[in-house]
Amino acid sequence: MTKLIMTVNGKKVSRDVPDETLLSEFLRESLRLTGTHVGCDTTQCGACVVHVNGTAVKSCSVLAVSLNGESVTTIEGLADGGQLHPMQKAFNDNHGLQCGFCTPGMIMASVDLVAKAKAAGRKLSEDDIRHGLEGNICRCTGYHNIVKAVAQAASEM
Amino acid sequence: MYPTKYHKPAAVDAAVKALNSGDDAKFLAGGQTLLATMKQHLASPSDLVDVRGLGLSGIKKAGGVVSVGATTVHAAVASSADVHPALAKLAAGIGDPMVRNMGTIGGSIANNDPAADYPAGVLGMGATVVTNRRQIAADDYFEGLFTTALEEDEIITAVAFPQVERAGYAKFKQPASRFCLVGVFVSKSASGVRVAVTGAGSDGVFRHKGLEAALAKSWTPAAVDSVEVSEDGLLSDIHGDTAYRANLIKVLAKRAVAAS
Repeated sequence: MTKLIMTVNGKKVSRDVPDETLLSEFLRESLRLTGTHVGCDTTQCGACVVHVNGTAVKSCSVLAVSLNGESVTTIEGLADGGQLHPMQKAFNDNHGLQCGFCTPGMIMASVDLVAKAKAAGRKLSEDDIRHGLEGNICRCTGYHNIVKAVAQAASEM
Repeated sequence: MYPTKYHKPAAVDAAVKALNSGDDAKFLAGGQTLLATMKQHLASPSDLVDVRGLGLSGIKKAGGVVSVGATTVHAAVASSADVHPALAKLAAGIGDPMVRNMGTIGGSIANNDPAADYPAGVLGMGATVVTNRRQIAADDYFEGLFTTALEEDEIITAVAFPQVERAGYAKFKQPASRFCLVGVFVSKSASGVRVAVTGAGSDGVFRHKGLEAALAKSWTPAAVDSVEVSEDGLLSDIHGDTAYRANLIKVLAKRAVAAS
């Protein structure tokens, strides 16, 4: 057991957790933040993507205790009160989902993709977006509307 | 995952001590392979010693040598202006963006997966693996499948890449895992031509002497045509048999030279 202190969605949280607890388990089971989904649990599908200090990672492949003192943002922390984040709104506008299971990870990965491109002064092409989402698998949509949504959000973020 | 005890030491000596304190302790870097292996119960270390607090992250360039700290993540190498563009391209093709944000160069070469990208880059550039005890030439470092010259409690601190005149990397991805079905790294420098092949050898990464000799004579994709690539010692699985991989070695060697 380790006493873990972390900032999650801007709020300081503290819990005693077994050392082998994955970040995804900590978020879902200890904090009941079930917006972070676990799909494959093998670092492939991307449904569990969250931000650690602003960078997208797969929360099923990170130990929670290794993030003592760090800051984590989940899908629940993206909207500003009742105001959706531009990426959330764009997924809604473009119907970038069907069943919605992959959507939290898609959105968190896309926000990092757009933020990194903006920081580097690069404009994202459709190809960049498709490659940038290689680590997120959607079994419903065929990706077209997801790519449109990310392109729209990139112009608004 | 079976229970384990987590340590995060702040100095190399403390990390070695922590490793030796457990029955079956393992070093943890980015965890993108080790944690997945633990979840599948293929590994159950008593202790995990996280090496990310040792200050081994970062890229330094001095006197033509680029030193990449052991816990530097793939995303940092991919976006670095200091490393050779072929190495940046290699790093940019590992896994996916989230894996590249966590996975480290030291973790990759310590694991020495036969289908990983970095072994090809490290062997193909003729780099030196720097540890807490010694410097190991790439030619002496990779010993076989998941096997390296590292001692049990030896820690990689950095990988030093020498200056080369030309270098290129080409990879044929296994589309589901994004590991290399085959990857070929080529380089040309004052000390000669090197061709390192990953994903194809049943003993892990290897240098191909025939391709090296041909490219030493003529650094052109066409020079690869006349080289015999034997199927002996190559991997065969449901994704590609030995003949398929032998052909890919030639195709990718050409592409790597063309990209250099």
